[in-house]
Amino acid sequence: MTLTATRPGKGSGAARPRRSAPRRTGRGTGRRGGRRAGSAWTPWLYLLPALAVLGGLLVYPLYQLGLISFLEYTQAQVSGGRPTSFRGFGNYTDLFSDPQFRQVLLATVLFAAACVVATLAVGCALAVLLTRVRALPRLALMLAALGAWATPAVTGSTVWVFLFDPDHGPVNRLLGLGDFSWTYGRYSAFALVLMEVVWCSFPFVMVTVYAGIRAVPAEVLEAAALDGASPWRTWRSVTAPMLRPVLVVVTIQSIIWDFKIFTQIYVMTGGGGIAGQNLVLNVYAYQKAFASSQYSLGSAIGVVMLLILLAVTLVHLRLLRGQGEEER
Amino acid sequence: MKLPARTALATLAAALVTLTACAPQTSGGTATADEKTGTLRVWLFQEVANKPKEQVVDRVVAAFEQQHAGAKVEVEYIPVDSRAQRIKAAFNDPASAPDLVEYGNTDTASYVKDGGLADVTAEFGAWPEAKDTDPAARASVTVGGKVYGAPFFVGVRALYYRTDVFRELGLAAPRTQAELIATAKKVRKARPELYGLAVGGAYTYGALPFIWAHGGELATAEGDSYRSAIAGEAARKGITAYTSLFGDDNCPAAKCAEMGGNATVTAFASGKAAMAIGGDFSHAAVEAGAVKGKYAVVPLPGTTPGSIAPAFAGGNNIGVLRSTRHRTLAVDLMKALAGKDTQARLFDALGFLPTYTDVRRQAAQKQPFVQPFIDTLGAGARFVPASAGWGRIDASLVLPTMFQEVVSGRKDVRTASGDAARKMDAAFAAAG
Repeated sequence: MTLTATRPGKGSGAARPRRSAPRRTGRGTGRRGGRRAGSAWTPWLYLLPALAVLGGLLVYPLYQLGLISFLEYTQAQVSGGRPTSFRGFGNYTDLFSDPQFRQVLLATVLFAAACVVATLAVGCALAVLLTRVRALPRLALMLAALGAWATPAVTGSTVWVFLFDPDHGPVNRLLGLGDFSWTYGRYSAFALVLMEVVWCSFPFVMVTVYAGIRAVPAEVLEAAALDGASPWRTWRSVTAPMLRPVLVVVTIQSIIWDFKIFTQIYVMTGGGGIAGQNLVLNVYAYQKAFASSQYSLGSAIGVVMLLILLAVTLVHLRLLRGQGEEER
Repeated sequence: MKLPARTALATLAAALVTLTACAPQTSGGTATADEKTGTLRVWLFQEVANKPKEQVVDRVVAAFEQQHAGAKVEVEYIPVDSRAQRIKAAFNDPASAPDLVEYGNTDTASYVKDGGLADVTAEFGAWPEAKDTDPAARASVTVGGKVYGAPFFVGVRALYYRTDVFRELGLAAPRTQAELIATAKKVRKARPELYGLAVGGAYTYGALPFIWAHGGELATAEGDSYRSAIAGEAARKGITAYTSLFGDDNCPAAKCAEMGGNATVTAFASGKAAMAIGGDFSHAAVEAGAVKGKYAVVPLPGTTPGSIAPAFAGGNNIGVLRSTRHRTLAVDLMKALAGKDTQARLFDALGFLPTYTDVRRQAAQKQPFVQPFIDTLGAGARFVPASAGWGRIDASLVLPTMFQEVVSGRKDVRTASGDAARKMDAAFAAAG
């Protein structure tokens, strides 16, 4: 791998002067026509190192994921106890005929949507707040957010579970909830996890949107103020459109993150909650793929998740582009 | 200038072709050689305090190396948490796999189906010490009538109860399951800060004795496969008995539905429960808790006075890997590690219950504490179905889900057990 990675790098660096050479010969004598064909490949040659890395790190695993999802591939096949066999769409039909999978899929989509909306709302609200307060409170808020951001998911989840513990948790004592168990009911457990997810992912939204607001030119805002626009109107007609690229990024990021939630559910609800009430797709895939060694079924779940995320992202991008063109 | 770039291109193309050409990996599995000298590699589980285990094992290894000239033994202690990954990896890559492994006995059938363990039926049958192996332990190394290893130790659960609380309330140790449930509720009524009997919705091995005591079964053998019996009438009675312990009159569902075995033992050890179902292996944890010196242990009662509810025979086995290149040596070392002498020493050092009935009798004379556990084993302990399907049933939490569905009021016993039976049958069918 080091050989293939360094070689083209060296080539591309040293080959730079060559780029002008064929042009000169082409204009001049017109001989050695093969040279021109070579130059058509030249950009690809330069792209090769990057493509090789992408291919190795992205395409190949995806190819394997897709391939395994069409096979009968469990621990017995991996360790050679039984031959690997092709199942076609067998894993997918198994998956979609499983009522639990459909129910988990629905719960995941709704839960992820709730998390995205809550995270964006909290993140944007705090970003706006950051622009309105003095330096010291701003610093304090920034530090608190960065602290939440830097906390590893397992640690954060464990601490939250402890905070909301029915017997020893301070939250129940503060709110006077007695020994109310947050993880017993389906919705209260999801709500608890949602709060933790928002807590650990709003800083990214807040910091990014804050940077975006700061980048809005002061003249534009001043012009809006001179025209007598209210703060809400300024946000809606000036700031928000200018923030669109930033908002697109944070929304897509949040969708991808929240759809793939694993740690919080796994830690806070003890691997999926009472009678599996809080299962989300990733935890379900883990149960299928690793805990019970049905790698092919786990891969099929992975492919389904990938397709859903791709679709959501494409639709989202499409919608935003459409809006942008209308307004222009 | 061009040449290196071309070469690089070719190298890359070649690399990509080899990468994409390979289908998912499958390992070869069986070894053909049986070398009589060389290095034997052994994986044993790492205990919380590993020193005593190392001392016992070192002794066995020294004696083994003396008897087998040219043989060397390397022992590695692997963490229990990541054992599943390690052992699966060993099955996948015979070159770096050990010759012998310690493994949890509920994994036997899965490992056999994965093609990882060697069949040692002939050697086990010809081994004089194996005659005294108790039937439940023997069942835990047997799949489809063939033996895949030697039992290393057993673990079994019994009823821990608080002597001080019982004396204060004028209660006696329960003699039937009906009495057990009534006693638990009496304690809770008199001392509402305590759970009567700490139970957990995710505590499968604490719940199974209730099902077995009522004459129920997890599954019955049918030809080569199994068929779930969890929805049978007797099993349903057991499920009803166990789930009746969840509620404000004993162990509130809101807290106890999600508890597993460790959580119930912790509740007992910290003085939050008057009774708990704990293993001989929980002894140290309870001794370290607030209830030290204030508790006793009796076998978990069955349905009739004086009977003992069949317990689950947990524990570990030692097996030879199918990929070993030193089969004869490895089997000899397995016998040395799982032999009577080693098991007696392991009991003295770590309290692991021996798998031989005679060694166990001697152990009880030395340590009266283990008597109730040995009585429980003597009354006939049970084992989970010897099918690879059990691994999947366990991993997809079929039984905890069933108990939790009943306990939380989502489903009645009939529906929940019917659903669980369907999932179990699907897993058994897939395991073939």
